[in-house]
Amino acid sequence: MYFSDETQRTSQKLSKKWQDKVQKSLKNNPDQKDRFSTVSDLDIKRLYTPEDLKDTNFAHDIGVPGEFPYLRGNQVTGYRGQYWTFRMFSGMGSARDTNSRWHMLLREGQTGLSTAFDFPTLMGYDSDSPKALGEVGKCGVAIDTLEDFLVLMDGIPMDQVTTSMTINPPATVLWAMYCAAAEIKGVPLDKIGGTIQNDMLKEFIAQKTFMCPPEPSVKLISDTIEFGTKYVPRWNTISISGYHIREAGSTAVQELAFTLRDGIEYVEDVIRRKKMNVDDFAPRLSFFFNSHIDFFEEICKLRAARRIWAKVMRDRFGAKNPRSMWMRFHTQTAGCSLTAQQPYNNIIRTTVEALAAVLGQTQSLHTNSLDEVLCLPSEQAVEIALRTQQILAEETGVANTIDPLAGSYFIESLTNEMEEKAWEYIEKIDALGGMVAAIERGFPQMEIAEAAYRFQRQLDAREKIMVGVNKYVTNSQHAVPLVEIDEQVGEEQIKRLREVRRKRDNHAVKKSLDDIRTACKTGANVMPFCIEAVKNLATQQEICDVYREVYGEYRDPGLY
Amino acid sequence: MSERKIRIMVAKPGLDGHDRGARILARCFRDAGFEVIYTGCHQTPEQIAATAIQEDVDLVGLSCLSGAHRVLFPRVVQLLREKNASDITVIGGGIIPEQDFQILYDAGLKAIFIPGASLDSIVDWVRTNIQPRD
Repeated sequence: MYFSDETQRTSQKLSKKWQDKVQKSLKNNPDQKDRFSTVSDLDIKRLYTPEDLKDTNFAHDIGVPGEFPYLRGNQVTGYRGQYWTFRMFSGMGSARDTNSRWHMLLREGQTGLSTAFDFPTLMGYDSDSPKALGEVGKCGVAIDTLEDFLVLMDGIPMDQVTTSMTINPPATVLWAMYCAAAEIKGVPLDKIGGTIQNDMLKEFIAQKTFMCPPEPSVKLISDTIEFGTKYVPRWNTISISGYHIREAGSTAVQELAFTLRDGIEYVEDVIRRKKMNVDDFAPRLSFFFNSHIDFFEEICKLRAARRIWAKVMRDRFGAKNPRSMWMRFHTQTAGCSLTAQQPYNNIIRTTVEALAAVLGQTQSLHTNSLDEVLCLPSEQAVEIALRTQQILAEETGVANTIDPLAGSYFIESLTNEMEEKAWEYIEKIDALGGMVAAIERGFPQMEIAEAAYRFQRQLDAREKIMVGVNKYVTNSQHAVPLVEIDEQVGEEQIKRLREVRRKRDNHAVKKSLDDIRTACKTGANVMPFCIEAVKNLATQQEICDVYREVYGEYRDPGLY
Repeated sequence: MSERKIRIMVAKPGLDGHDRGARILARCFRDAGFEVIYTGCHQTPEQIAATAIQEDVDLVGLSCLSGAHRVLFPRVVQLLREKNASDITVIGGGIIPEQDFQILYDAGLKAIFIPGASLDSIVDWVRTNIQPRD
């Protein structure tokens, strides 16, 4: 028991007295609403007391940082040795445009890079594909060949700065470009660090950037995990992501449960397919969460995530290395919590969400810019967002002590409750035969659709409030300047791509694509062949077309 | 004989996978008593126009959050015209800056809904402006 019997007895007595007073008070001063709940619709009580923690065991359930169950953080020294990484997601227009933005961010004190690619790149199409119509350079940077990639990395010290790349179906290709670029710049593979998102299960569940069916998609991911473990030991070959699940409208508990169950699926696949020992690769698995607007719910979600993962690794997979039990994660504030109406209010929302991420002990953070609900962020808006993190780190004192909210009746109780609810989902998906099977049945997709629809109905009924949208609405708008990507960016990118196709050795390209095809058919690891192909200036679509040809294409079933 | 229901196709042109709005709307239209066809993400304008005609819909609702609406939305309207199906109304939604509204209206879209629009307001617009065709 967390509290002594005497404390529990006193608590019960005092709570009873308080309850009586509440009942009397409500007669004259009724509550503002019938029900108080989180943004995800979890019921919240008026008061939490030691009684809510009567089954909590301090050593077993809470403990200290750097010790199982890692509820309070992986690092024994917290943020005192090092703040979280300030990592702003950015990418726009051409490789040259994005490279300039990166240099600006590094000058302003950003400590890691994070790449946003445009939709054709994300989906494995070249800029001149008919499917790329209207999309080139719009939502991120357009990368077709290694030549673009070298421009992107121009002047970036690849042995010092770590780079995250939000790339999924073509992750093998873009990572191959990164490896090839490092080699050209004389940086050995064991000196480069970074992350590829490379999490396909959440694509089928939520983000919908897919190419091949789930089974072969997971195979390609296992290839990268195997290759990274052997040759690129500082690389996080996957970022198992709840961010997009949440943006698609899930609850916090669904985000937690589906993300961790995805993680289990990947670990099982690597063990089965690659015959690897869990402790050989698990320390490089990384995660990515959303930080939404409901402050305490988010802090508890992040704490619960660490504790569940530690248990999964130790008990389900028999991991021995503590690093395998660490859940290391990046966090991004919630894009879907921002409003196009009264956009400057978004600065406040992002600040609260960033604070929750920090109190949840994130290792890395992206803060959204106030204008991201309208367009790609302007330089000024990005600067405010980055400064938000720097103010939290350097001025507010919240990083002075580790997990400062631990021990709160409410925080520990909500953490426990979210963990329990997440386990229920994990067990349910186990019973369905795993996540791939659950996805094929549409289970997580429909759970999220249900939650998203319920929230929208609650907004329309004003049971949930978004300031400026369904309350405190004004007609006067403080307009923000919008960043626009010129259609010319696409034309110039296509010109560059065609020039590369003209001058390269097409025979060498064909041979390296044939090698990838053979690897796909025999089940060999595709990574060495991908690196060879990008060096020969194969385009990313050419490599992805080989995957499509061998593995087939996945089509959105359009569930709603 | 009961009156024919309004038939609506909700569609996502382009490569954008942000389908939260589209799926919520599909469900909302169904709950409002309309017949709904939702074809999922990553449809080309050609696929959308062909399905709209084949399914004999009264209304096409396009959703795009990637910034490609200025190219993709007008293309759907144009394809419907070319196939003699200009009686199918096209509306759009997503992250659409106000400065683009006129471009889209000029291209033939009949309404634009942006984040913050309530579901009821969209359903009301449909009831007021769309008649089921014979």
